[in-house]
Amino acid sequence: MENLSLGLEAVEEIASLKISNRKIMGRKPMDFFLFAFTWLGIGITAAVLLFVVGYVLINGLPHIRPSLFAVQFTTENQSLFPALMGTLMILGLALVLAVPLGIFSAIFLVEYATRGSRFVKIVRLTTETLAGIPSIVYGLFGFIFFGVFLGWGLSLMSGAFTVSIMILPLIMRTTEESLKSVPDTYREGSFGLGAGRLRTVMRIVLPAATPGILAGIILTIGRIIGETAAIIFTLGNVARMPNHLFDTGRTLSAHMYALANEGTHPGEAHATAAVLLLVVILINALSSWIAKFVKS
Amino acid sequence: MGQRPLGKAEPNWSFERWLLRGFNREFAAKILFATSACAAILAVGLICVFLFIQGLPAIGNIGIFNFLTGTEWRPTWTPPLFGILPMIVGSLYITAGAIFFGVPVGIFTAVFMAKFCPRFVYVVLKPAVNLLAGIPSVVYGYFGMVVLVPFVRNHFGGNGNSILTASLLLGMMILPTIITISESAIRAIPQEMYGGAVALGASHERATFFVVLPAAKSGVMASIVLGIGRAVGETMAVRMVAGNQAVMRMPHEFLLGARTLTSNVVIELGYAYGDHRAALIATGVVLFVFILLINALFGMLKKRGDN
Repeated sequence: MENLSLGLEAVEEIASLKISNRKIMGRKPMDFFLFAFTWLGIGITAAVLLFVVGYVLINGLPHIRPSLFAVQFTTENQSLFPALMGTLMILGLALVLAVPLGIFSAIFLVEYATRGSRFVKIVRLTTETLAGIPSIVYGLFGFIFFGVFLGWGLSLMSGAFTVSIMILPLIMRTTEESLKSVPDTYREGSFGLGAGRLRTVMRIVLPAATPGILAGIILTIGRIIGETAAIIFTLGNVARMPNHLFDTGRTLSAHMYALANEGTHPGEAHATAAVLLLVVILINALSSWIAKFVKS
Repeated sequence: MGQRPLGKAEPNWSFERWLLRGFNREFAAKILFATSACAAILAVGLICVFLFIQGLPAIGNIGIFNFLTGTEWRPTWTPPLFGILPMIVGSLYITAGAIFFGVPVGIFTAVFMAKFCPRFVYVVLKPAVNLLAGIPSVVYGYFGMVVLVPFVRNHFGGNGNSILTASLLLGMMILPTIITISESAIRAIPQEMYGGAVALGASHERATFFVVLPAAKSGVMASIVLGIGRAVGETMAVRMVAGNQAVMRMPHEFLLGARTLTSNVVIELGYAYGDHRAALIATGVVLFVFILLINALFGMLKKRGDN
């Protein structure tokens, strides 16, 4: 509970700053309650974040040991190394599949298609549908389609394809937004110099939109790393490194899930949660750092 | 390469000319981009077709009435009983609880971020909310297991794995969804509305809560609907703290465990076969239909907000 009170203290400190220069007690009761509830809301949100992050990191970091990164997984060391490699493989494959597809689709929607045409509307609708489907439904679909129907079983391929469908809407949306933020004068200038549409897109618009697209892709990486429900039915949850494309394995979050459920290695579970959270924090920071370039 | 003026459609399109153009880079690229754009459509189509092909016959065999309103889930009995009403009710309770805990906090936070927040707090808060959205659900689930479950056990009774615990955890998890969408809805309201209210003598709080917030109603509603979608679809975190008994619960039994549609699939799909697996896929179909309905509602609200 230390973190919680720490968080609340910080919030109260900030609150007192604001209250002191607005003479809140002199206000009508209604205003005071609204004001107080607003600060209460933000206080709870801040406390939740600080508590979750603080608890996981403070309890997890002391348990990080070299044996946790041993190449071979054994029941004693509960190494997360195979899971880490599995995560990287899924990450690489899914990005290779989804990034070009997502960027090309976004290019079509923004640069080629007539805005408001029926095709664009259908693509928008399906993209929004994809974005709303819960990961367990993706897992179920991947299991039925890639695993059983295509006969890929529990494998890297099944996992990567499933995850790539999942992240497609995210990549499309962020790319679309970055492309739209490129001013039309760039395009007009390029056309005016005699460049074709393809050349304009590839040489002028895409380079200008790159930081935004990159920030989106990094955000997507965070999503893939955190994915569990879709992974355990497509990639499987076996504690070893996949040797080839049709081999099973596990990812870091699936590893975390297994550890938490078994409950026999609390220290390793704490440490794995901390590692997972650290990776996600790093990725988030990287993404917003890159996104800052877009604005400046 | 002779290039035609850009941004214009081919003037007199004819098949011969199209053939004579042969391989044209511009044209090929356009086709490539258009084909890629079809990927999303293809994916949704495949998901629908395969889920329904595998799930609907199972619902037919069990009987849609028995399946949706059966209160017994006994996949290992002979003959097995596949009633998912306990799971539907469980999803409902836990989602309602998450809304109860998450929505007020989320909306107040959104109002704060849009209208009350000093600049130096905002630059910390915005990334913090993004981070809250980025934390993987297993980490939330693990946090729930080691912190919230003992907390509920010690302060409210029961064994801790309960509807209440899952609601609390999900309430935290839907916060970023509600905050982000509500905040942008509030920011989209023209400043004149706020200014007008203040000019008429309203205080800052009054103008914000009684003029700006009602004007942003459809956007805020959309955020709640999306939050409901997240809560209904959340799997791992719920499965780790909710107890998962496939038993009908009454609302006052919130300290007992319950199973949701999502955790039903994630718990049993690993070892199920035959009719059992088909019944689980059918559970997924029911979940999928729920989500499609929620998405349609979200789309409607968002469109109304945009106008």
